[in-house]
Amino acid sequence: MDGIATKSVGAALRHDSALKHTTGEARYADDIPEALGTLHAALVLSAVPHGTLTALRNEAARAMPGVVAIIAAADVPGENDIGPATQKEKLFADPVVEFAGMPLAMVVAATRDQALRAAQAVQAEIAALEPVLTIERALELGQDVVPPQVIRRCDAAAAIAAAPRRLSAEFRAGGQEHFYLEGQVALATPGEGGDMAVVSSTQHPSEVQHIVARVLGCGYNQVTATCRRMGGGFGGKESNASWVAAAAAIGARVTGKPVKLRLPRRADMIATGKRHPFLYRWTAGFDDTGRIMGLEALLAADGGWSLDMSGGVVFRAVTHAVNCCDVPALAITARAVKTNTVSNTAFRGFGGPQGALLMEDVVHRVAAALGRTPEEVRARNFLGVGGNSDELPYGQRVEGDLIARVWAEAKADSEWDRRRAEIAAFNASHPTLRRGLGSMVLCFGISFGIRHLNQAGALVHVYSDGSIRLNHGGTEMGQGLFVKVAQIVAEAFGVDLDRVAITATSTAEVPNTAPTAASTGSDLNGWAAHNAAVAIRGRMAEVAAAKWGIAPEAVVFADNRAWAERAGANRWLDFGELAKLCFIERVSLSATGFYRTPDIHWDPKAMKGNPFFYFSYGAAVAEVVVDTLTGEHRCLRADLLQDCGRSLNPAVDLGQIEGAFVQGMGWLTCEELWWDAQGRLRTVGPSTYKIPGSRDVPPVFRTRLLESAPARVDTIFRSKAVGEPPLLLATSVWNALKDAIGTPALDLPATPERVLMALRNKG
Amino acid sequence: MPQVTLTVNGTKHTVEVEARTLLVELLREKLRLTGTHVGCDTSQCGACVVHMGGDSIKACTILAVQCEGADVTTIEGLAKADGTLHPMQEAFREYHALQCGFCTPGMVMSAIDLVNKHPGGLSEQEIREGLEGNLCRCTGYHNIVKAIAAAADVMQGRRSELARAAE
Ligand code: FES
Ligand code: FES
Repeated sequence: MDGIATKSVGAALRHDSALKHTTGEARYADDIPEALGTLHAALVLSAVPHGTLTALRNEAARAMPGVVAIIAAADVPGENDIGPATQKEKLFADPVVEFAGMPLAMVVAATRDQALRAAQAVQAEIAALEPVLTIERALELGQDVVPPQVIRRCDAAAAIAAAPRRLSAEFRAGGQEHFYLEGQVALATPGEGGDMAVVSSTQHPSEVQHIVARVLGCGYNQVTATCRRMGGGFGGKESNASWVAAAAAIGARVTGKPVKLRLPRRADMIATGKRHPFLYRWTAGFDDTGRIMGLEALLAADGGWSLDMSGGVVFRAVTHAVNCCDVPALAITARAVKTNTVSNTAFRGFGGPQGALLMEDVVHRVAAALGRTPEEVRARNFLGVGGNSDELPYGQRVEGDLIARVWAEAKADSEWDRRRAEIAAFNASHPTLRRGLGSMVLCFGISFGIRHLNQAGALVHVYSDGSIRLNHGGTEMGQGLFVKVAQIVAEAFGVDLDRVAITATSTAEVPNTAPTAASTGSDLNGWAAHNAAVAIRGRMAEVAAAKWGIAPEAVVFADNRAWAERAGANRWLDFGELAKLCFIERVSLSATGFYRTPDIHWDPKAMKGNPFFYFSYGAAVAEVVVDTLTGEHRCLRADLLQDCGRSLNPAVDLGQIEGAFVQGMGWLTCEELWWDAQGRLRTVGPSTYKIPGSRDVPPVFRTRLLESAPARVDTIFRSKAVGEPPLLLATSVWNALKDAIGTPALDLPATPERVLMALRNKG
Repeated sequence: MPQVTLTVNGTKHTVEVEARTLLVELLREKLRLTGTHVGCDTSQCGACVVHMGGDSIKACTILAVQCEGADVTTIEGLAKADGTLHPMQEAFREYHALQCGFCTPGMVMSAIDLVNKHPGGLSEQEIREGLEGNLCRCTGYHNIVKAIAAAADVMQGRRSELARAAE
């Protein structure tokens, strides 16, 4: 297939820890045996959203059993700043309290139970200030956390004015709690001479290292951050894992003992950032065929109280706002505003899913206004199809043929026409239930929006018995990155996968790494590890070639052997024998590998460039049934098609697609974050915050990878990333709900209440 | 401090606990059986499911002192001494029914009880309903349901060995 023959790469191999997970042997951060004397920490969180901290009354807590230390802003040895970007972001309130849930202090005690109880006894005196709790209010006040980002092409206002028809609308999408099943946790162990070793459940060990060093006031070289695995991340363990680790490290520095901080689920939900909620306002001009001629739009994200990564989130929102559609004239403004709520952060898709909702709303309302189907209107505007431009408004080109192809294939897979007729017949005959069919087509750019993050390092050792040890800067959160990179290394050496030992990510082994995020984990780390393996293989080939008197290029690595000239030849060395020979010949069997993504650039002033290495495409069809009396719905069937290029591991990729779809469905339907009038989050556990359960998944759930569509030649084995794009496929469920209830005006999340409101508003 | 005597994975233990200690704390902290996880603290996620007298229970919702004389099995006690996996473990592994794996031990324990309580076999729909007390944030449940159906076939003698997962 595709002219590439591989053995490990492309095989549907198990997750590297599959056995350990089914036996309970896999160790997460909280499972590592604790050193004698390990202390436990608990946070004191603000109950008010905005104010000035005037006093902390610790006496009662200090007298409680087991309490060793109570730490607040003044006790931070270095800077009280955990900001991942440029802005100062305080770990402990000093003196301004910025959201209900902001850490005020931390209790360290002999047991976790003692710490949690004493934390309850700390009393804070806070002089209340007026909080800003809505996007609208923050927009009025002009409280932007980053300068607005605007993408323009031609004269949007003129194009709208000149168009035969016009439409304006406003809608909103909610935030989302990550609900990684393993909550935030870090264990900090002080070493000699001010060193600090931190085990953290983190997607970004380098940032843990940097922020721990900042709060301790030491060099990066004194801090080692390690992560073997996370029990889920989804973006929630980038900047939020860093501050949890920083707090544990401060506790360890102050007490001189190992300190573990594991947030209870309630504190995790209150104090850690979430997906950005968005408010959208737009005006479009279009013709009677549904061709959109001009679009003006505002995408306003609730950044929460601080910058965190909101700049990157609005960048991805604004670059994905037209999704797979061509709009000849537009002006799209993306803003992130400050409110007195928890600082919103990365969440799978990183603003891309929120951006793409804009175009879907436009397409569906335009279709309703014209009496056409949304599918027809969307296809009329596809990038690079039927005479439309294939150039995105910021200058990068996409593959229009793939957009058309994924939609045509998904439509056929879903038996669209037959089911349309069936559903129409059902709806005509049923008094209260309404079935609906919805679709989605996606076009998602792969690369970090920040250019310098598009780099990775790896460290590979071959030992003299032929066993291999692999380390790289990527982290494992369940997405199967470790097995994919190991497959790549096994492929490079021509050995079986079980020869490659997978090891914990550590800043001591591979320094200066990017987070495992933006779906780039295997693209970046796969290449870095490949480069390291190829360097060692080259040296091994020279040793074998010298022995056989042939050219090094004529040594072939396959089937756990090195062969003279070709696999199966009569001169060969077992891979382990050759490794031993290299040692005897004093040849290094260790190498670092490095990779940086080529060809990406962005001009932030002009808002133009080629920020993405490539695009990933996909399409989906979902069917729902809605009870018009209660507003409840079920998703009955979903057909998903996702482009993964030449998949590195189809089993892993299919799992990512299914999981992303269900997670996206949760965001768009049942997951509702609810704050009270005092700015306190009241959905603080799974009893009130509903993530999809086993019964919410469509009983007919068909997922398939796009076939024979290898990625560009300079991708790793011509594969494409998979982590985030398929989350957008869940938009088909929103669209199916609109179809079922017969109105395109449906705010998100589409809870039963909102479905009923939409039905009522439609009249 | 109160004492509790219970059997865990075939071994009898007598442990001193506080009256407020939960079974999951006893297992994780006193016996160092860390395969049983805590996901929510509030009896909703199922990451902490173990068997007590053969029934699945949420170990975050029962006090250790309530387990006096109980026979508890955790995920670590499922495989045979020679390492042979329980068919349910084998099925989760074979069917890619896990990603981050944090829900997996609880899922496996719940699933075994679910199958045992349906000696005549169970439909996909019944599996979905029976799993309602176990949350997974990664997989979308699709492969989990398939794995349980496949394991049920082996556990109930409809197949002699696990059907291979379709790719
Ligand atoms: S930890 Fe017991 S049900 Fe969640
Ligand atoms: S595999 Fe991660 S929660 Fe289920």
